[in-house]
Amino acid sequence: MLNSIKNTLGSLMLVEMLKGMALTGRYFFAKKITIQYPEERTPQSNRFRGLHALRRYPNGEERCIACKLCEAVCPAMAITIESDQREDGTRRTTRYDIDLTKCIFCGFCEESCPVDSIVETRIFDYHGEQRGDLLYTKQMLLEVGDKYEAQIAEDRAQDKVYR
Amino acid sequence: MQFFAELFGSYWADVQLVVWTLIKIVAIVLPLMIGVAYLTLAERKVIGFMQVRIGPNRVGYFGLLQPLADGLKLLFKEIILPTASNKALFFIGPVLAIAPAFAAWAVIPFDATLVLANVDAGLLYILAMTSVAVYGVIIAGWASNSKYAFLGALRSAAQIVSYEIAMGFTLVGVLMCANSLNLGTIVMGQEGGFWHWYFLPLFPLFVVYFISAVAETNRAPFDVAEGESEIVAGFHVEYSGMAFAVFFLAEYANMMLVSMLAALMFLGGWLSPVPFLPDSILWLLAKVAFLLFLFLWFRATFPRYRYDQIMRLGWKVFIPITLVWIVVVGAMMQTQWAYLFH
Repeated sequence: MLNSIKNTLGSLMLVEMLKGMALTGRYFFAKKITIQYPEERTPQSNRFRGLHALRRYPNGEERCIACKLCEAVCPAMAITIESDQREDGTRRTTRYDIDLTKCIFCGFCEESCPVDSIVETRIFDYHGEQRGDLLYTKQMLLEVGDKYEAQIAEDRAQDKVYR
Repeated sequence: MQFFAELFGSYWADVQLVVWTLIKIVAIVLPLMIGVAYLTLAERKVIGFMQVRIGPNRVGYFGLLQPLADGLKLLFKEIILPTASNKALFFIGPVLAIAPAFAAWAVIPFDATLVLANVDAGLLYILAMTSVAVYGVIIAGWASNSKYAFLGALRSAAQIVSYEIAMGFTLVGVLMCANSLNLGTIVMGQEGGFWHWYFLPLFPLFVVYFISAVAETNRAPFDVAEGESEIVAGFHVEYSGMAFAVFFLAEYANMMLVSMLAALMFLGGWLSPVPFLPDSILWLLAKVAFLLFLFLWFRATFPRYRYDQIMRLGWKVFIPITLVWIVVVGAMMQTQWAYLFH
Protein backbone atom coordinates (compact mmCIF):
# COMPACT_ATOMS: atom_id res chain seq x y z
CA MET A 1 0.00 0.00 0.00
CA LEU A 2 2.65 2.46 1.10
CA ASN A 3 4.82 1.34 -1.78
CA SER A 4 2.12 1.84 -4.39
CA ILE A 5 1.45 5.36 -3.09
CA LYS A 6 5.16 6.05 -3.28
CA ASN A 7 5.31 4.72 -6.83
CA THR A 8 2.30 6.73 -7.97
CA LEU A 9 3.67 9.91 -6.46
CA GLY A 10 7.07 9.22 -7.99
CA SER A 11 5.63 8.79 -11.46
CA LEU A 12 3.43 11.87 -11.07
CA MET A 13 6.49 13.89 -10.11
CA LEU A 14 8.34 12.48 -13.13
CA VAL A 15 11.22 11.41 -10.87
CA GLU A 16 12.63 8.81 -13.25
CA MET A 17 12.24 11.12 -16.23
CA LEU A 18 14.20 13.86 -14.46
CA LYS A 19 16.91 11.36 -13.51
CA GLY A 20 17.25 10.35 -17.15
CA MET A 21 17.39 13.95 -18.27
CA ALA A 22 20.03 14.72 -15.64
CA LEU A 23 22.16 11.93 -17.12
CA THR A 24 21.91 13.16 -20.72
CA GLY A 25 22.31 16.70 -19.42
CA ARG A 26 25.64 15.76 -17.87
CA TYR A 27 26.82 14.13 -21.09
CA PHE A 28 25.90 17.32 -22.97
CA PHE A 29 28.95 18.93 -21.35
CA ALA A 30 31.19 15.87 -21.46
CA LYS A 31 34.33 15.81 -23.59
CA LYS A 32 33.43 14.57 -27.07
CA ILE A 33 35.00 11.36 -28.30
CA THR A 34 34.47 11.92 -32.03
CA ILE A 35 37.56 11.27 -34.14
CA GLN A 36 37.47 13.51 -37.20
CA TYR A 37 38.60 10.92 -39.71
CA PRO A 38 40.61 12.40 -42.51
CA GLU A 39 42.54 14.65 -40.10
CA GLU A 40 42.61 12.29 -37.11
CA ARG A 41 42.87 8.51 -37.11
CA THR A 42 42.27 5.79 -34.56
CA PRO A 43 45.34 3.86 -33.40
CA GLN A 44 45.98 0.76 -35.50
CA SER A 45 47.37 -2.66 -34.62
CA ASN A 46 50.47 -3.85 -36.44
CA ARG A 47 48.40 -6.94 -37.26
CA PHE A 48 45.79 -4.85 -39.10
CA ARG A 49 44.47 -6.69 -42.16
CA GLY A 50 43.86 -4.23 -44.99
CA LEU A 51 44.90 -3.95 -48.62
CA HIS A 52 47.13 -6.78 -49.89
CA ALA A 53 50.69 -6.42 -51.10
CA LEU A 54 53.30 -8.70 -52.69
CA ARG A 55 56.76 -8.24 -51.19
CA ARG A 56 60.27 -8.48 -52.64
CA TYR A 57 63.62 -9.48 -51.14
CA PRO A 58 66.05 -6.61 -50.53
CA ASN A 59 67.87 -7.51 -53.75
CA GLY A 60 64.70 -6.80 -55.74
CA GLU A 61 63.76 -10.43 -56.40
CA GLU A 62 60.04 -11.12 -55.84
CA ARG A 63 59.42 -13.47 -52.93
CA CYS A 64 56.51 -15.44 -54.38
CA ILE A 65 57.43 -18.95 -55.50
CA ALA A 66 53.99 -19.84 -56.88
CA CYS A 67 53.32 -22.59 -54.34
CA LYS A 68 49.63 -21.67 -54.58
CA LEU A 69 49.01 -22.31 -50.86
CA CYS A 70 47.21 -18.97 -50.57
CA GLU A 71 45.01 -19.79 -53.54
CA ALA A 72 44.15 -23.11 -51.92
CA VAL A 73 43.44 -21.70 -48.46
CA CYS A 74 41.44 -18.65 -49.57
CA PRO A 75 37.89 -19.24 -48.26
CA ALA A 76 36.39 -16.68 -50.63
CA MET A 77 38.33 -18.00 -53.64
CA ALA A 78 39.47 -14.47 -54.36
CA ILE A 79 43.01 -15.42 -55.47
CA THR A 80 43.83 -16.69 -58.96
CA ILE A 81 47.40 -17.85 -59.71
CA GLU A 82 49.02 -19.12 -62.89
CA SER A 83 52.70 -20.14 -62.90
CA ASP A 84 55.43 -20.98 -65.34
CA GLN A 85 59.18 -21.64 -65.38
CA ARG A 86 61.33 -18.56 -65.77
CA GLU A 87 64.47 -18.53 -68.02
CA ASP A 88 66.71 -19.05 -64.95
CA GLY A 89 64.79 -22.23 -64.15
CA THR A 90 62.87 -20.96 -61.08
CA ARG A 91 59.13 -21.33 -60.76
CA ARG A 92 57.38 -17.93 -60.78
CA THR A 93 53.85 -16.67 -61.10
CA THR A 94 52.77 -15.34 -64.48
CA ARG A 95 49.51 -14.18 -63.03
CA TYR A 96 48.57 -13.29 -59.44
CA ASP A 97 45.10 -11.70 -59.16
CA ILE A 98 43.19 -10.84 -56.00
CA ASP A 99 39.59 -9.87 -56.46
CA LEU A 100 39.15 -7.47 -53.52
CA THR A 101 35.39 -7.47 -53.98
CA LYS A 102 35.46 -11.17 -53.04
CA CYS A 103 38.15 -10.97 -50.35
CA ILE A 104 36.92 -11.18 -46.75
CA PHE A 105 40.25 -10.02 -45.24
CA CYS A 106 40.64 -13.15 -43.08
CA GLY A 107 44.43 -13.10 -43.39
CA PHE A 108 44.72 -16.82 -44.22
CA CYS A 109 46.78 -16.08 -47.34
CA GLU A 110 49.35 -14.23 -45.27
CA GLU A 111 49.41 -17.02 -42.67
CA SER A 112 49.82 -19.74 -45.27
CA CYS A 113 52.63 -18.05 -47.17
CA PRO A 114 55.97 -19.87 -46.55
CA VAL A 115 58.08 -16.94 -47.83
CA ASP A 116 56.13 -13.95 -46.37
CA SER A 117 55.33 -12.79 -49.88
CA ILE A 118 51.61 -12.02 -49.78
CA VAL A 119 50.84 -9.74 -46.83
CA GLU A 120 48.01 -7.56 -45.70
CA THR A 121 48.95 -3.93 -45.01
CA ARG A 122 47.45 -1.28 -42.77
CA ILE A 123 45.82 0.50 -45.70
CA PHE A 124 42.03 0.43 -45.44
CA ASP A 125 40.92 3.58 -47.31
CA TYR A 126 41.35 2.59 -50.96
CA HIS A 127 38.49 2.58 -53.41
CA GLY A 128 37.40 1.78 -56.95
CA GLU A 129 35.23 3.96 -59.12
CA GLN A 130 34.14 1.42 -61.69
CA ARG A 131 33.76 -2.30 -62.08
CA GLY A 132 37.15 -3.97 -62.17
CA ASP A 133 38.99 -1.28 -60.24
CA LEU A 134 39.21 -3.56 -57.22
CA LEU A 135 40.56 -6.51 -59.17
CA TYR A 136 44.24 -6.21 -58.22
CA THR A 137 46.78 -7.78 -60.56
CA LYS A 138 50.30 -8.96 -59.74
CA GLN A 139 51.77 -5.70 -60.99
CA MET A 140 49.50 -3.59 -58.77
CA LEU A 141 50.15 -5.78 -55.72
CA LEU A 142 53.92 -5.55 -56.22
CA GLU A 143 53.64 -1.78 -56.50
CA VAL A 144 51.77 -1.63 -53.19
CA GLY A 145 54.49 -3.78 -51.66
CA ASP A 146 57.29 -1.56 -53.01
CA LYS A 147 55.63 1.57 -51.81
CA TYR A 148 54.96 0.45 -48.23
CA GLU A 149 57.84 -2.02 -47.70
CA ALA A 150 59.29 -0.08 -44.77
CA GLN A 151 56.00 -0.15 -42.84
CA ILE A 152 55.32 -3.79 -43.77
CA ALA A 153 58.76 -4.94 -42.62
CA GLU A 154 58.46 -3.01 -39.35
CA ASP A 155 55.05 -4.52 -38.59
CA ARG A 156 56.35 -8.05 -39.30
CA ALA A 157 59.42 -7.47 -37.11
CA GLN A 158 57.24 -6.34 -34.20
CA ASP A 159 55.15 -9.49 -34.48
CA LYS A 160 58.10 -11.86 -35.00
CA VAL A 161 58.30 -13.15 -31.42
CA TYR A 162 54.71 -14.34 -31.50
CA ARG A 163 54.97 -16.25 -34.78
CA MET B 1 4.08 57.10 -54.30
CA GLN B 2 1.98 59.97 -55.65
CA PHE B 3 1.59 58.09 -58.92
CA PHE B 4 0.28 54.98 -57.18
CA ALA B 5 -2.12 57.04 -55.05
CA GLU B 6 -3.65 58.55 -58.23
CA LEU B 7 -3.70 55.16 -59.93
CA PHE B 8 -5.78 53.51 -57.23
CA GLY B 9 -7.87 56.58 -56.42
CA SER B 10 -10.33 55.95 -53.63
CA TYR B 11 -8.98 52.40 -53.06
CA TRP B 12 -5.58 53.79 -52.02
CA ALA B 13 -6.16 53.27 -48.30
CA ASP B 14 -7.18 49.63 -48.84
CA VAL B 15 -4.22 48.95 -51.10
CA GLN B 16 -1.89 50.42 -48.50
CA LEU B 17 -3.39 48.19 -45.82
CA VAL B 18 -3.03 45.05 -47.94
CA VAL B 19 0.57 45.82 -48.87
CA TRP B 20 1.51 46.63 -45.29
CA THR B 21 -0.10 43.43 -44.05
CA LEU B 22 1.77 41.41 -46.67
CA ILE B 23 5.04 43.01 -45.60
CA LYS B 24 4.28 42.16 -41.98
CA ILE B 25 3.45 38.56 -42.92
CA VAL B 26 6.79 38.22 -44.70
CA ALA B 27 8.50 39.76 -41.68
CA ILE B 28 7.03 37.00 -39.52
CA VAL B 29 7.29 34.03 -41.89
CA LEU B 30 10.84 34.68 -43.09
CA PRO B 31 12.50 34.58 -39.64
CA LEU B 32 10.25 31.63 -38.87
CA MET B 33 11.53 29.69 -41.89
CA ILE B 34 15.13 30.51 -40.99
CA GLY B 35 14.40 29.49 -37.40
CA VAL B 36 12.95 26.19 -38.58
CA ALA B 37 16.00 25.53 -40.77
CA TYR B 38 18.39 26.20 -37.92
CA LEU B 39 16.28 24.22 -35.47
CA THR B 40 17.09 21.12 -37.54
CA LEU B 41 20.79 21.91 -37.17
CA ALA B 42 20.36 22.62 -33.45
CA GLU B 43 18.62 19.29 -33.06
CA ARG B 44 21.46 17.38 -34.68
CA LYS B 45 24.02 19.30 -32.65
CA VAL B 46 22.26 18.93 -29.29
CA ILE B 47 21.52 15.24 -29.74
CA GLY B 48 25.08 14.72 -30.94
CA PHE B 49 26.46 16.46 -27.87
CA MET B 50 24.30 14.37 -25.55
CA GLN B 51 25.60 11.25 -27.28
CA VAL B 52 29.19 12.48 -26.78
CA ARG B 53 29.56 13.22 -30.50
CA ILE B 54 30.08 16.64 -32.09
CA GLY B 55 27.38 16.55 -34.76
CA PRO B 56 27.60 18.10 -38.23
CA ASN B 57 30.63 20.38 -38.55
CA ARG B 58 31.80 20.08 -42.17
CA VAL B 59 29.52 22.47 -44.07
CA GLY B 60 30.60 25.92 -42.91
CA TYR B 61 31.89 26.75 -39.43
CA PHE B 62 30.20 24.48 -36.83
CA GLY B 63 28.04 23.14 -39.68
CA LEU B 64 26.24 26.47 -39.96
CA LEU B 65 25.56 26.01 -43.68
CA GLN B 66 24.23 22.46 -43.20
CA PRO B 67 20.52 23.47 -43.30
CA LEU B 68 21.11 25.25 -46.62
CA ALA B 69 22.87 22.21 -48.04
CA ASP B 70 20.04 19.93 -46.88
CA GLY B 71 17.43 22.27 -48.34
CA LEU B 72 19.22 22.47 -51.69
CA LYS B 73 19.56 18.71 -51.83
CA LEU B 74 15.83 18.22 -51.21
CA LEU B 75 14.96 20.93 -53.77
CA PHE B 76 16.85 19.16 -56.53
CA LYS B 77 15.45 15.73 -55.80
CA GLU B 78 12.62 14.29 -57.84
CA ILE B 79 9.12 14.33 -56.37
CA ILE B 80 7.83 10.85 -56.97
CA LEU B 81 4.09 10.48 -57.48
CA PRO B 82 2.90 6.95 -56.69
CA THR B 83 0.85 5.52 -59.58
CA ALA B 84 -2.10 4.43 -57.47
CA SER B 85 -2.23 7.59 -55.37
CA ASN B 86 -4.91 10.23 -55.43
CA LYS B 87 -2.98 12.92 -57.33
CA ALA B 88 -4.76 16.02 -56.07
CA LEU B 89 -4.96 14.98 -52.41
CA PHE B 90 -1.36 13.76 -52.52
CA PHE B 91 -0.19 17.35 -53.02
CA ILE B 92 -2.84 18.97 -50.84
CA GLY B 93 -1.61 16.88 -47.88
CA PRO B 94 1.71 18.69 -47.31
CA VAL B 95 0.10 22.07 -47.92
CA LEU B 96 -2.55 21.35 -45.30
CA ALA B 97 0.18 20.29 -42.90
CA ILE B 98 2.29 23.44 -43.18
CA ALA B 99 -0.30 26.17 -43.83
CA PRO B 100 -1.96 26.03 -40.36
CA ALA B 101 1.46 25.83 -38.70
CA PHE B 102 2.29 29.21 -40.26
CA ALA B 103 -1.21 30.71 -40.19
CA ALA B 104 -1.42 30.34 -36.42
CA TRP B 105 1.43 32.85 -36.05
CA ALA B 106 -0.90 35.63 -37.19
CA VAL B 107 -2.24 36.20 -33.66
CA ILE B 108 0.99 35.61 -31.72
CA PRO B 109 2.04 38.79 -29.89
CA PHE B 110 5.82 39.25 -29.87
CA ASP B 111 5.62 42.39 -27.77
CA ALA B 112 2.99 44.59 -26.15
CA THR B 113 2.41 46.25 -29.54
CA LEU B 114 4.08 43.88 -32.00
CA VAL B 115 1.30 41.63 -33.27
CA LEU B 116 -0.07 41.06 -36.76
CA ALA B 117 -3.70 40.58 -35.75
CA ASN B 118 -4.74 41.51 -32.23
CA VAL B 119 -7.77 39.20 -32.20
CA ASP B 120 -9.88 38.90 -29.04
CA ALA B 121 -10.48 35.18 -29.61
CA GLY B 122 -6.80 34.60 -30.45
CA LEU B 123 -6.43 31.44 -28.41
CA LEU B 124 -9.55 29.96 -30.02
CA TYR B 125 -8.12 30.78 -33.45
CA ILE B 126 -4.87 29.00 -32.58
CA LEU B 127 -6.68 25.93 -31.28
CA ALA B 128 -8.70 25.81 -34.51
CA MET B 129 -5.58 26.17 -36.65
CA THR B 130 -3.60 23.47 -34.85
CA SER B 131 -6.61 21.14 -35.17
CA VAL B 132 -6.67 21.62 -38.94
CA ALA B 133 -3.06 20.43 -39.12
CA VAL B 134 -4.13 16.85 -38.44
CA TYR B 135 -5.99 16.85 -41.76
CA GLY B 136 -2.68 17.20 -43.56
CA VAL B 137 -1.43 14.03 -41.91
CA ILE B 138 -4.63 12.05 -42.55
CA ILE B 139 -4.95 13.17 -46.17
CA ALA B 140 -1.29 12.48 -46.88
CA GLY B 141 -1.57 9.00 -45.41
CA TRP B 142 -4.76 8.21 -47.26
CA ALA B 143 -3.82 9.70 -50.64
CA SER B 144 -0.53 7.79 -50.75
CA ASN B 145 -2.45 4.52 -51.12
CA SER B 146 0.21 2.67 -49.15
CA LYS B 147 -0.48 0.53 -46.12
CA TYR B 148 2.43 1.96 -44.15
CA ALA B 149 1.36 5.51 -44.83
CA PHE B 150 -2.22 4.65 -43.95
CA LEU B 151 -1.31 3.00 -40.64
CA GLY B 152 1.04 5.86 -39.78
CA ALA B 153 -1.67 8.41 -40.50
CA LEU B 154 -4.18 6.51 -38.35
CA ARG B 155 -1.77 6.34 -35.43
CA SER B 156 -0.81 9.96 -35.75
CA ALA B 157 -4.41 11.12 -36.07
CA ALA B 158 -5.62 9.14 -33.05
CA GLN B 159 -2.71 10.41 -30.98
CA ILE B 160 -3.16 14.06 -31.94
CA VAL B 161 -6.91 13.97 -31.31
CA SER B 162 -6.43 12.33 -27.89
CA TYR B 163 -3.84 14.79 -26.68
CA GLU B 164 -5.70 17.79 -28.03
CA ILE B 165 -8.34 17.21 -25.37
CA ALA B 166 -5.82 17.33 -22.53
CA MET B 167 -4.14 20.32 -24.15
CA GLY B 168 -7.46 22.15 -24.51
CA PHE B 169 -8.25 21.58 -20.85
CA THR B 170 -4.91 22.96 -19.71
CA LEU B 171 -5.68 26.10 -21.68
CA VAL B 172 -9.01 26.34 -19.88
CA GLY B 173 -7.01 26.74 -16.68
CA VAL B 174 -5.10 29.64 -18.22
CA LEU B 175 -8.34 31.23 -19.40
CA MET B 176 -9.76 31.04 -15.89
CA CYS B 177 -6.72 32.88 -14.55
CA ALA B 178 -6.52 35.49 -17.30
CA ASN B 179 -10.24 36.02 -17.93
CA SER B 180 -9.46 36.52 -21.60
CA LEU B 181 -8.88 34.69 -24.89
CA ASN B 182 -6.68 37.49 -26.19
CA LEU B 183 -3.05 36.36 -26.04
CA GLY B 184 -1.78 39.85 -25.30
CA THR B 185 -4.14 40.19 -22.35
CA ILE B 186 -3.13 36.75 -21.10
CA VAL B 187 0.52 37.81 -21.05
CA MET B 188 -0.24 41.17 -19.40
CA GLY B 189 -2.13 39.28 -16.66
CA GLN B 190 1.22 37.79 -15.62
CA GLU B 191 2.94 41.13 -15.05
CA GLY B 192 5.19 41.76 -12.03
CA GLY B 193 8.01 39.20 -11.96
CA PHE B 194 8.27 35.47 -12.48
CA TRP B 195 6.28 34.66 -9.33
CA HIS B 196 3.23 36.08 -11.11
CA TRP B 197 3.62 33.82 -14.14
CA TYR B 198 0.89 31.23 -14.56
CA PHE B 199 3.19 28.21 -14.49
CA LEU B 200 3.38 28.40 -10.68
CA PRO B 201 -0.33 28.22 -9.70
CA LEU B 202 -1.03 26.03 -12.72
CA PHE B 203 2.09 23.88 -12.44
CA PRO B 204 0.38 20.50 -13.13
CA LEU B 205 -1.37 22.05 -16.13
CA PHE B 206 1.93 23.45 -17.38
CA VAL B 207 3.58 20.03 -17.23
CA VAL B 208 0.59 18.36 -18.88
CA TYR B 209 0.50 21.06 -21.54
CA PHE B 210 4.13 20.65 -22.45
CA ILE B 211 4.05 16.85 -22.57
CA SER B 212 0.85 17.02 -24.65
CA ALA B 213 2.59 19.49 -26.93
CA VAL B 214 5.38 16.96 -27.49
CA ALA B 215 2.75 14.33 -28.32
CA GLU B 216 0.81 16.77 -30.52
CA THR B 217 3.84 17.44 -32.68
CA ASN B 218 4.60 13.70 -32.96
CA ARG B 219 8.03 14.15 -31.43
CA ALA B 220 10.06 11.61 -29.48
CA PRO B 221 9.13 9.86 -27.19
CA PHE B 222 5.68 10.00 -28.81
CA ASP B 223 6.88 9.56 -32.39
CA VAL B 224 5.08 6.29 -33.16
CA ALA B 225 3.68 7.87 -36.34
CA GLU B 226 7.01 6.96 -37.84
CA GLY B 227 8.84 3.81 -36.90
CA GLU B 228 11.45 2.27 -39.17
CA SER B 229 10.94 -1.26 -37.96
CA GLU B 230 7.13 -1.22 -38.09
CA ILE B 231 5.73 1.23 -40.62
CA VAL B 232 8.84 2.65 -42.30
CA ALA B 233 8.39 6.44 -42.25
CA GLY B 234 4.70 6.54 -41.38
CA PHE B 235 2.38 8.91 -43.19
CA HIS B 236 5.08 10.52 -45.35
CA VAL B 237 6.66 7.27 -46.57
CA GLU B 238 5.67 7.93 -50.22
CA TYR B 239 6.86 11.54 -50.25
CA SER B 240 10.23 12.58 -51.61
CA GLY B 241 12.11 15.76 -52.40
CA MET B 242 10.43 19.03 -51.57
CA ALA B 243 7.07 17.40 -50.73
CA PHE B 244 8.82 15.54 -47.93
CA ALA B 245 10.67 18.68 -46.90
CA VAL B 246 7.34 20.46 -46.43
CA PHE B 247 6.23 17.84 -43.89
CA PHE B 248 9.59 18.19 -42.19
CA LEU B 249 9.21 21.98 -42.03
CA ALA B 250 5.65 21.63 -40.73
CA GLU B 251 6.82 19.41 -37.87
CA TYR B 252 9.47 21.92 -36.78
CA ALA B 253 7.19 24.92 -37.31
CA ASN B 254 4.65 23.21 -35.07
CA MET B 255 7.33 22.66 -32.43
CA MET B 256 8.10 26.36 -32.47
CA LEU B 257 4.41 27.22 -32.33
CA VAL B 258 3.63 25.11 -29.27
CA SER B 259 6.80 26.37 -27.55
CA MET B 260 5.74 29.93 -28.30
CA LEU B 261 2.29 29.24 -26.85
CA ALA B 262 3.78 27.73 -23.71
CA ALA B 263 6.02 30.76 -23.31
CA LEU B 264 3.10 33.16 -23.75
CA MET B 265 0.59 31.40 -21.57
CA PHE B 266 2.69 29.98 -18.75
CA LEU B 267 6.03 31.78 -18.79
CA GLY B 268 4.96 35.40 -19.14
CA GLY B 269 5.77 35.95 -22.82
CA TRP B 270 7.92 39.04 -23.33
CA LEU B 271 7.80 40.03 -19.64
CA SER B 272 11.07 40.03 -17.79
CA PRO B 273 11.40 37.62 -14.86
CA VAL B 274 12.41 40.34 -12.40
CA PRO B 275 10.82 43.81 -12.17
CA PHE B 276 14.06 45.82 -12.40
CA LEU B 277 14.92 44.52 -15.90
CA PRO B 278 13.02 45.90 -18.92
CA ASP B 279 10.46 43.78 -20.78
CA SER B 280 11.66 42.83 -24.24
CA ILE B 281 11.05 40.48 -27.13
CA LEU B 282 14.43 38.96 -26.26
CA TRP B 283 12.91 37.43 -23.12
CA LEU B 284 10.25 35.78 -25.30
CA LEU B 285 12.87 34.40 -27.69
CA ALA B 286 14.96 33.11 -24.78
CA LYS B 287 11.95 31.32 -23.27
CA VAL B 288 11.02 29.77 -26.62
CA ALA B 289 14.63 28.69 -27.19
CA PHE B 290 14.69 27.02 -23.77
CA LEU B 291 11.45 25.13 -24.46
CA LEU B 292 12.73 24.04 -27.87
CA PHE B 293 15.91 22.83 -26.19
CA LEU B 294 13.69 20.73 -23.92
CA PHE B 295 12.14 19.14 -27.02
CA LEU B 296 15.59 18.10 -28.22
CA TRP B 297 16.64 17.04 -24.74
CA PHE B 298 13.59 14.75 -24.52
CA ARG B 299 14.46 13.20 -27.84
CA ALA B 300 18.01 12.50 -26.73
CA THR B 301 16.85 11.00 -23.43
CA PHE B 302 13.65 8.99 -23.65
CA PRO B 303 12.94 5.73 -25.47
CA ARG B 304 9.65 5.64 -27.39
CA TYR B 305 6.35 4.88 -25.75
CA ARG B 306 4.43 1.77 -26.76
CA TYR B 307 1.30 2.78 -28.63
CA ASP B 308 -1.20 1.56 -26.01
CA GLN B 309 0.84 3.34 -23.31
CA ILE B 310 0.51 6.60 -25.23
CA MET B 311 -3.25 6.20 -25.29
CA ARG B 312 -3.32 5.27 -21.61
CA LEU B 313 -1.24 8.32 -20.67
CA GLY B 314 -3.44 10.65 -22.66
CA TRP B 315 -6.86 9.38 -21.62
CA LYS B 316 -6.35 7.90 -18.17
CA VAL B 317 -3.69 10.22 -16.71
CA PHE B 318 -3.61 13.61 -18.37
CA ILE B 319 -7.33 14.23 -18.82
CA PRO B 320 -8.18 13.31 -15.18
CA ILE B 321 -5.29 15.45 -13.88
CA THR B 322 -6.36 18.49 -15.87
CA LEU B 323 -10.01 18.06 -14.89
CA VAL B 324 -9.11 17.81 -11.20
CA TRP B 325 -6.82 20.81 -11.30
CA ILE B 326 -9.41 22.94 -13.11
CA VAL B 327 -11.87 22.13 -10.32
CA VAL B 328 -9.19 22.96 -7.73
CA VAL B 329 -8.47 26.29 -9.41
CA GLY B 330 -12.16 27.08 -9.73
CA ALA B 331 -12.80 26.29 -6.06
CA MET B 332 -9.77 28.24 -4.87
CA MET B 333 -10.93 31.27 -6.80
CA GLN B 334 -14.00 31.44 -4.58
CA THR B 335 -11.88 31.69 -1.42
CA GLN B 336 -9.67 34.42 0.03
CA TRP B 337 -6.66 32.95 -1.86
CA ALA B 338 -8.14 33.89 -5.24
CA TYR B 339 -5.41 36.53 -5.72
CA LEU B 340 -2.87 33.70 -6.15
CA PHE B 341 -4.45 32.81 -9.47
CA HIS B 342 -4.79 36.21 -11.11
